[in-house]
Formats: sequence, structure tokens, C-alpha cells
Amino acid sequence: MLNFLLTGTSSNGVLTIQLHRPEALNALNTALLRELADTLDNAATDSAVRAVVITGDSRAFAAGADIREMADLDLVGVMNDPRPQYWARIAAFAKPIIAAVNGFALGGGCELVMHADIVIASRDARFGQPEIKLGIIPGAGGTQRLIRAVGKSLASQMVLTGEPISAQRAYDAGLVSELTEPELTLERAQQIAASIAAQAPLAVRQAKDVLLRSQETHLAAGLAYERKAFTLLAATEDRNEGIQAFIEKRRPEYKGR
Amino acid sequence: MAFEHIEYRVDQGVAVLTLNRPANLNSFNAEMHAEMREALKQVRKDESVRCLLITGNGRGFCAGQDLSDRNVAADAEMPDLGLSIEKFYNPMIRTLRELPLPVICAVNGVAAGAGANIALACDIVFAARSASFIQAFCKIGLVPDSGGTWTLPRLVGPARAMALSMLGDKISAEQAADWGMIWSCVDDDALMDSALGCARHLATQPTQGLALIKRALNASSTNTLDQQLDLERDLQRMAGRTADYREGVAAFMEKRKPEFKGC
Repeated sequence: MLNFLLTGTSSNGVLTIQLHRPEALNALNTALLRELADTLDNAATDSAVRAVVITGDSRAFAAGADIREMADLDLVGVMNDPRPQYWARIAAFAKPIIAAVNGFALGGGCELVMHADIVIASRDARFGQPEIKLGIIPGAGGTQRLIRAVGKSLASQMVLTGEPISAQRAYDAGLVSELTEPELTLERAQQIAASIAAQAPLAVRQAKDVLLRSQETHLAAGLAYERKAFTLLAATEDRNEGIQAFIEKRRPEYKGR
Repeated sequence: MAFEHIEYRVDQGVAVLTLNRPANLNSFNAEMHAEMREALKQVRKDESVRCLLITGNGRGFCAGQDLSDRNVAADAEMPDLGLSIEKFYNPMIRTLRELPLPVICAVNGVAAGAGANIALACDIVFAARSASFIQAFCKIGLVPDSGGTWTLPRLVGPARAMALSMLGDKISAEQAADWGMIWSCVDDDALMDSALGCARHLATQPTQGLALIKRALNASSTNTLDQQLDLERDLQRMAGRTADYREGVAAFMEKRKPEFKGC
């Protein structure tokens, strides 16, 4: 049973996960994070799910981790914290994730946004890593994924001052791929998810895999890895279907094989 | 919160906010700012409010910042005027521009400095014939704030905006209307009837649709045509989902007067 998430899968293969802890601006406590990791684990093997949208509500995507929980942990407690395992499971999810961000995406919330493959944000969204203001630093990729997304100077400014940036700034810097009106953010993210869900599932997984790999390796290795994945797809039925449908000017019917 | 430096009442869907420091030409001090912020919060919260009307008590509309409220003694530290703007004026202007309902201004007398620019930040501005607008900032070594350097060139064009800002000349309500800086100049004794009549009318109109119009026009000044076309599509999508749109179409088909609920 889910306590902090609302979920629903549409017939076109899009699983929408809404973070639902409105009283805490969707702060990512350990229980919520575990539910999220579990939900994605289930979605990983559910063939009805082809893409995932993660969203919050109109005020906040997620305003950080649960500070109270954190306050109780000493060094040993932090070392034994299960949270990094949950984050690793979220990062390992092989199907595409689209974040639909309204309002605040701060701290852990911003880090969760950066676990998504695509980020759609409303014009009133705000992104930040305010951990420094509490005498700590980001602990779930906030220093690593941010610098890769927006570059050194802006990432350093955000992490070292803790000051958030506007949606427009995040868009200009490349953290966000599209800005929308607040009321249409989720709808737009679901549209994009649906268009991905309509593609050949194996190709989508391979594409996500090689895209992420590019962040972890040098160009020559990345290109070799890409070529391997490209070659691998040659053995799939869907590849033949996709190319054949293009030549015959019809819609492809993918089977995930 | 009981208001002292402003008056606030809601009647027939119209919130009337009256600046009320007539002895100081309704100039802003910290207390008045706090009350203004509180009143605007109420406007946002109160679902019965479908139009906001701002005006001033006494012979002036608003003389901007109360200079005696700022520390500018010769031997004192240089003041951080940016702080007062960040804290008070900018949030006020942003709120006026973003409020999802029409904001009418009835300029009853002189509107100087920030007072002029607060008026110009409103959606529809009426001014009494005896009223005037002054970008007084240049006379004390300052820069037009409260959005003045943004609104002025858009309203009257860059040439007039520059001269108004650098010369600080007083512009009559009539001149302001001729230049397109405001919507309408009316006789002094007709001001409140005109402004209130307009506000009451708007309070019966499709409020969400009006809010979306405001959003579209506000965004147009920084968007390209391409971006604006996309925005119009998105906003129209939302407008098409309102109950008032259905009511509007139904009333048209049935040849009757529509009854808009604002949602």
C-alpha cells in the first residue's frame, strides 16, 4: 500500500506517479523514497508501463529531504542510512522518466528532478540546492548531476549559496527542456511520455542507457557503447517493423521483441 | 488585521483598496507597505473578489516613497535602497501584474515617483482631469523603480519614456491619455463613477478568461511572435475548459444574457 504516492497507469503505457505529502511540500522522507523505489521496481517488470511521469502538486514538486529525520542521525546513523540504496534503485530504472515540475524543486527534490531523463517545468517552478544553509551539502547527486546539466559556474553558485533559480534560468541553462503554463505542466509531460511510450520499447531502453552512459565515460568509449547498442537492436523484430512501416508509409506496430 | 494606512472593502465582487495617508499624499512608509501586502493577500484569497480597484484618499493618489521614512542623514551610512525595493515595491508590482483578475486604478490626484508607476502597473487606469503623473526620481538622483523603466517605454515609447524619466516633468492626465499611457481621463467628479462602473462590469465578466488575457498580454512584451502563438494556444486550451466559456457560448446560442461565475 502506498502512503505518500498517488499512481495511475493509462492505457497508452504511461505510469504517472504523484508525490503526495502536501502538508510537507512533498519533502522526500525515507518512507516516501522507499515507496518511490518500490514503485519503479514494479514498473520495471510491468510491460504495461512504457514511460513514467513523476510530479508533485501546484505548490511543490518536492521541497527537499525530511530535515527532522536527518536531525536524528549521528555519524553511524548516516553511514547506515538506507536512502542511498533507494536513490540507486531510482537511478537504475531502465525506462524513461519525465519530471513534471510545478513550484519548488529544492534539495532532494531538485536531485530527484535530475534523476529524470526529461524535465518539463512550469514558468513558476524554482530549482535549488539549499543544503549549504543547513551546514550540509547535497547527498543524492546534487553536486554531480547539476554541474553536468548547467555547467560549473552556475552549479557552484547554486550549491555554495543555496539560492534557488527560476524556471526560466533553469531552462536557459539546460536543466529543463520545456517550459509550460503551470496548469499544463503535467499534461505536457504526459504527452511526451505517451509519444515515447509509442516507440519500440527495446530501442527506448537502449537509447536511455547509452545517453546516461555518455555522462560516465569518455567519447570513444561512449561511441563504441552506442554502436554496440545500435547493433544489438538489429536483432529485434521491432527494428524491422519500424523501418518497414516507414518505407510503406504506415504506423509501426511494435511488440517489444 | 485592522488597516490604518489603507482602507479595504469588498462590494459586489469588487475589492476597493484606498491608500489612506492623505496628509502625506498617500506616500508609502513601512506600515503602509505591510498593510498593502496584507490587503493584496486577501484579494488573492477571497473568491468573491473578481476585480480590484485601487485609488487614494484626499487630493493626491500617491506620492511614492515617504522620504522621511528612509535614513538619508548626511552622516549616516549609505542606505540600501535596493533592499526596500526587494522587500516592498517589487513584490507589490509583481503581485499586481500577476493577480488573476483585472486591476483598475483610479488616479484621483498627483501620482509621483513609485506612486506613478504603481498606477501604471495596473491593468486599466482612469485618471481625474486634475490628476498628474511625475517620474520624480531623477530630481533626487534616483532611477524610476516599481517597474517604471519597463512600463513607460512600452506605454509611451522609448523617446517619451527617456525624457519623462530624465526631466521629471509633470504630465497632465489629459496628456497621459493622449499618449496612451492610461486608458481614460475623466472629469474629477466623474472619476469614481467611471472607475467603479468599469470595475463592477468586469466583476460580472468571465474572470478566468480575463486573467488569461492579462497573462497573454503581459508575456507578449518579452515573447517572440512564435512563442506568443504557442502561449495563446496553451491559454486558449485552458480558457476553453472554463465553465464561463460554456455559459458564454450557450447564452449566445440561446440569445440571452450570459451569467458568468468567474470559473
